[in-house]
Amino acid sequence: MKYIGEYRNKELILAVSQELKTISKKEITLMEVCGGHTTAIHRFGLHSLLPSNIRLLSGPGCPVCVSTQHFLDTAIACSKIPGTIITTYGDLIRVPGSVSSLEKEKANGQDIRIIYSVLEAVEFARKNPEKRVIFLGIGFETTAPATAAAIIEAKKEKLSNFFVLSAHKVMPPVMKALVEDGVKIDGFIAPGHVTAITGTAIYNDLASVSGLGVVIAGFEPADLMQAILMLVRQVESGSPKVEIQYQRVVHSEGNKIAQGLIAKVFELKDDQWRGLGVIPKSGLKIRDDFSSFDAEKHFKVTVPEPAEPKGCICGLVLRGLKTPNECSLFATTCTPSDPVGACMVSTEGTCATFYKYRS
Amino acid sequence: MCLAIPAKVISIEGASALVTIEDVEYQASLLLLEDVHPGDFVMLHAGFAIEKVDPEEAAETLRLLYEIAKNSPH
Repeated sequence: MKYIGEYRNKELILAVSQELKTISKKEITLMEVCGGHTTAIHRFGLHSLLPSNIRLLSGPGCPVCVSTQHFLDTAIACSKIPGTIITTYGDLIRVPGSVSSLEKEKANGQDIRIIYSVLEAVEFARKNPEKRVIFLGIGFETTAPATAAAIIEAKKEKLSNFFVLSAHKVMPPVMKALVEDGVKIDGFIAPGHVTAITGTAIYNDLASVSGLGVVIAGFEPADLMQAILMLVRQVESGSPKVEIQYQRVVHSEGNKIAQGLIAKVFELKDDQWRGLGVIPKSGLKIRDDFSSFDAEKHFKVTVPEPAEPKGCICGLVLRGLKTPNECSLFATTCTPSDPVGACMVSTEGTCATFYKYRS
Repeated sequence: MCLAIPAKVISIEGASALVTIEDVEYQASLLLLEDVHPGDFVMLHAGFAIEKVDPEEAAETLRLLYEIAKNSPH
């Protein structure tokens, strides 16, 4: 496939591996923030191509994994309101809430539909005026503008039966929180598609204030190897900065239309992250101008304060403080077919990735 | 979740484009992207084109990688 196959070229990947082995002297720890990067690194076995002094840590960039049980419990409660259709990206459906999951509720007969695009949810609302369609909005800056665009479309069409339960989150505050929390890393492999929307300025403080390297990377193995090489060069020369490896997609100014849509529909709020607690101004809440589309305001369901599953160290894994292998539940009571924590559910979750590619 | 796949634009109608990935057709919303033309490649994420793929930058990245390979002892 064009723009994919070229960046999976074995010769190029091995050449970067060799170059890394030649120039990399210092002990270096890098964090890949994005779940898509975690998956690609394991899928293509990139760990085995790095010299032993380079360590990669997975971060909190899997939206399913960081969505709270409270959000899931609310979504499940909404699904039980007569006359509602819940629409969701497939990633979320198997995540266990406190006592159930969307998948179990679907099996129980609730109307829960997996969609690929939020515009399908708008279409359901158009075609089913007697139903109330709730879209579960999860994801970072890559996904939030699509939700914003859908809400604006629904407003234009004066749809009164389309709602969004927003758990959208933004990336920079959690990266900053991890650094302030003392995670020991030398640089970030920054998320390519998030940055395609936001632009690169969001990382400036990480480089200039915190002294960390930041390289925005693509998702193919040669992209990731090159990004690691760029970070190693920064660390070896003691000159941390923000650089773009994924030049074919990411521009320093980002996607202005998408940024405008996010700003028009959403405002920042302090938000709860699973395993990380409340992070200031890290969540996206629907603005008052669009409150008639806000499921949280419309449906006013209350759910009991959820308890985190016993023994699950998802929170520590998300912060890069532990690896899945250090969890007593990993691959014993917690597996992808019977997950305990969210990191095992999502295909991009660190635990699910470790499980799939474990040796 | 933040996965996006390069897709080729075949035709455009209003705010939507017909795109193909390996000959499979998809609809891509153009609500987040302007100045898109047939023949362009766009990154498709959850039904939305989120950015165009820049062919010159794509080639430049490969050029840098081939340069490393050329200077590599293996």
